Amino acid sequence: MTALTMVRQFGEVLLAIAIAPLFTGWIAQCRAWLQSRAAPPLTQPYRMLRKLFQKDVALATHASALFRMTPYILFGAMVLVAAIIPSIATDLPFARVADAIALIGLFATARVFLSLAAMDIGTAFGSMGARRDMMIGFLAEPALLMVLFNAFLLSGSTALPSVVEASTAHSFLMDPSLLFAAVAFLMVLLAENARIPIDNPATHLELTMIHEAMALEYSARHLALVEWASDLKLFNYACIGFALFLPWGIATHGADGGLALGLAVAVLLAKLTVAGAALALIESLSAKLRIFRAPEYLAMAFLLAVLGLLVHLLLGA
Amino acid sequence: MSLVEGTSQSVVAFSKHDLSFLLMLVFGWVILGIAGLVRPHRVGWIARILFPLGALIALGIAGLGTLALFSGHAPQIFLLPLGLPNLPFHARLDTLSGFFLLLLGMAGAGISTFAAGYFRSGEGTAPGLLCLQYHVFLASMALVILADDAYFFMVAWETMALSSYFLVTAQHRIPEIRRAGFLYLLMAHIGALCILLSFGVLQGGRWLFTFDAMRGASLTSFWASAAFLLALIGFGAKAGLVPLHIWLPEAHPAAPSPVSALMSGLMLKTAVYGVLRITFDLLHIRYWWWGVLVLGVGLFSALFGAIFAAVQTDMKRLLAYSSIENIGLIFTGIGLAILFEACHLPLFAALALTAALIHSLNHSLFKSLLFLATGSVLHATHQRSLGKLGGLIRRMPWVAALALIGTLAIAGLPPLNGFVSEWLLLQSFLFTPQIPHAFLNMLIPLGAAVLALTAALAAYVMVKFYGVIFLGQHREPSLVHAHDADWLERMGLAWLSLGCIAIGVLPQLALRAAGAVTQTLLGQTVNLASPFWWIAPITSRQSSYSGLILLAGIIGVVGITFVVVRILAHGRMRRAVPWDCGYPWQTSRMQDTAEGFGQPIRHIFGPFFDMERELPFPTDAAPRYRIHIEDRMWKALYLPIARGVQQLADWIGQLQGGRLSTYLLYSFLTLIVLLGFVL
Repeated sequence: MTALTMVRQFGEVLLAIAIAPLFTGWIAQCRAWLQSRAAPPLTQPYRMLRKLFQKDVALATHASALFRMTPYILFGAMVLVAAIIPSIATDLPFARVADAIALIGLFATARVFLSLAAMDIGTAFGSMGARRDMMIGFLAEPALLMVLFNAFLLSGSTALPSVVEASTAHSFLMDPSLLFAAVAFLMVLLAENARIPIDNPATHLELTMIHEAMALEYSARHLALVEWASDLKLFNYACIGFALFLPWGIATHGADGGLALGLAVAVLLAKLTVAGAALALIESLSAKLRIFRAPEYLAMAFLLAVLGLLVHLLLGA
Repeated sequence: MSLVEGTSQSVVAFSKHDLSFLLMLVFGWVILGIAGLVRPHRVGWIARILFPLGALIALGIAGLGTLALFSGHAPQIFLLPLGLPNLPFHARLDTLSGFFLLLLGMAGAGISTFAAGYFRSGEGTAPGLLCLQYHVFLASMALVILADDAYFFMVAWETMALSSYFLVTAQHRIPEIRRAGFLYLLMAHIGALCILLSFGVLQGGRWLFTFDAMRGASLTSFWASAAFLLALIGFGAKAGLVPLHIWLPEAHPAAPSPVSALMSGLMLKTAVYGVLRITFDLLHIRYWWWGVLVLGVGLFSALFGAIFAAVQTDMKRLLAYSSIENIGLIFTGIGLAILFEACHLPLFAALALTAALIHSLNHSLFKSLLFLATGSVLHATHQRSLGKLGGLIRRMPWVAALALIGTLAIAGLPPLNGFVSEWLLLQSFLFTPQIPHAFLNMLIPLGAAVLALTAALAAYVMVKFYGVIFLGQHREPSLVHAHDADWLERMGLAWLSLGCIAIGVLPQLALRAAGAVTQTLLGQTVNLASPFWWIAPITSRQSSYSGLILLAGIIGVVGITFVVVRILAHGRMRRAVPWDCGYPWQTSRMQDTAEGFGQPIRHIFGPFFDMERELPFPTDAAPRYRIHIEDRMWKALYLPIARGVQQLADWIGQLQGGRLSTYLLYSFLTLIVLLGFVL
């Protein structure tokens, strides 16, 4: 493990932390354009974070230490996930520490902590949000795992960098199973990141909210961290999608000099731009589902992922 | 492997007497139990002296179990001068028994320490008698693991069943507890009968009942399968595999909490031990369909347990169903191991078996921890119903903090131990496409999906468990008086949570322990060559994981975030009433109840439940909402069997008219028939 590798690893994480709010801002901007509204500036999420960091925390009277710890754990988990995903380069020392299964575990850790924190205050909305988010979580997790399983079977490894290297080397992207997996992954991405059609990130409409309900009692720097963590989560999901289905441009092992890295950053930004616009389009075209239609939606994602797996096994046999 | 060899040289002089030391320690437990009868009502004598001594013995047993794992010796055999004339009890210590003794000792030490602070007078059975039953229970579990002939095994097995029956019915004045105890005893004996029959098949017509003779017996494929199926039913009834799980959610809540911990954490593992002993040691051949069967039953049990745990409203019943789930996961691993082994893929079999063994160890730690935590809650609040708890994190910070570790561990979150075994299990599912059967290699990868669903549901269940008990506001005003556990109870809990952290952070330790077992049973271990902070069970390209570095990463990132936020932002904070969208009249009754939290599960998995709902009318003056959920297995399987038995009994009962002349006629007819044989 050379110093250069470490620099690359830290650089990637810092880039993720820095541009995650930008990605959210870009989606919001595209959505506004699509809906013929005046768009907020791209830097709106940063201004929001800055404002929140300056405010005083108003903490509920009987909030426990768990409630105050959670924003930090949430943020930490998302940063670690960013360290595992090969968004720019595949030579990531940290990816050997925790593979893609551990990545699902880290997402689950973040979800469990946020749900526990939401129940800590003991308000009606908090526990309702926790219950709903855990429900979405346990439905989405098997689908995500099946998508990843597909990639594992194709590449023979559960570490995401190895998956990317295998897919760029053997170009198994033409494998039809990945098409099913990609659709399933997109559905999971929307559900897990509290976006339409499962949740609406833009409203405080009490009876339908999920993620907002859990963050309801947070304020100031705690809220800033929770929001930043959810920006990072969306960014991470997008990067997982790129790694699995659009791995072009990621600097692979051995070919990751300065030029290649610069190119990789540029390609990543281009991919994020397109993906953000596409997400905004999907969100503008679809309507929010009733909460009890969510199981059907996620069951469909799961079945698509399983179908992909079956296609792979049938063709492989 | 260098570590294993290094240990073997240093203990070579000592290990010859391991087994006799072990047996002495086990009898030490029995003596402690008898000592409890000397002064059966002196809590100070029993709780402060005998139980801590029992914990020390447990530690000794764990230590000797570890030695047996790593000494690399041939199995040791010891003849006990007990039992029938010419039929001495055979005891044997090999790596498999060493592993389970390690499990028994590690968790047992924590539970006994906790029990030292927990048991007090005035709760059902006298403390002295409880002490005897408790230690006999522990000793019989150790002897089940050490037994090397069918007689000794069955004697120890029955002692285990009986002593735990008395412990379950400690509060025998409550009718439900008597009923639960009876159900438990019934299922235990159906299981024991099947195990006995299995041994009967295993001896293969030579009428030698030592395990050594059974290893040499050559069975045809039919009889081998019969022995395996009987053992699966027999041990499955003890382990709580669906549909033989029915006693588990009744008996575990009925018992005092340390006993629930022993039963769930340790006794269920003796069943796992039994299945492994018979399948991988006594039987000389394994067929692939056994693996598929065990895998299917295991996955179904896991899913079933998780779904039912999610709708429970009694905290101990919730944990009991969660035990069914975890046992299901263990049997999933065993099923995969059998399947791989039968398909001549020993490395993958070793991986799956390692996952099953480590999950057994993990479950014994975190499930004991959580059952003990419910014991502390029960003592502090006198409430078992989740609907009457809440907010205890502020009254019982120690129990809440330690239970949080158990909760996160059982939810399978990194970097704790539950994640390690689930990770290994998922890794083994990755190799199922290599099975040389056309349909199996397509169907079984889908098992990974069921596994993922179960793991995610387990997280749901545990958020419910922890959130409803420890978080939020007090649901009853009396909870303000709840007090934290005393220092012995805390020590017991802390020991178990330390185990959860240690295995999670350094999984290599558990991997090596399980590796010694797979080496004996399968002649193969997973790749152990990596350094101690790292695991890469197949190759490091395939997959690798390091709990230690992950934990360091989490602590580092969270610490840096905290410091940076403190430097960049100010630390000002004020306390205010909760916001809750500006609604000021919040009461503690507006939080989600246990029923409310289980509602999505009832909605999604409706067909699993036998639900009875009572909804109020809008015009009701005193509206009442009631929901009753029952296991479909009762109506589908057990009640018909019970009715059948009853009918058969009624039918046979007609023979008994109560008239002397009829009985004389029966005797006469019997004599005639017997004469027919003789002549």
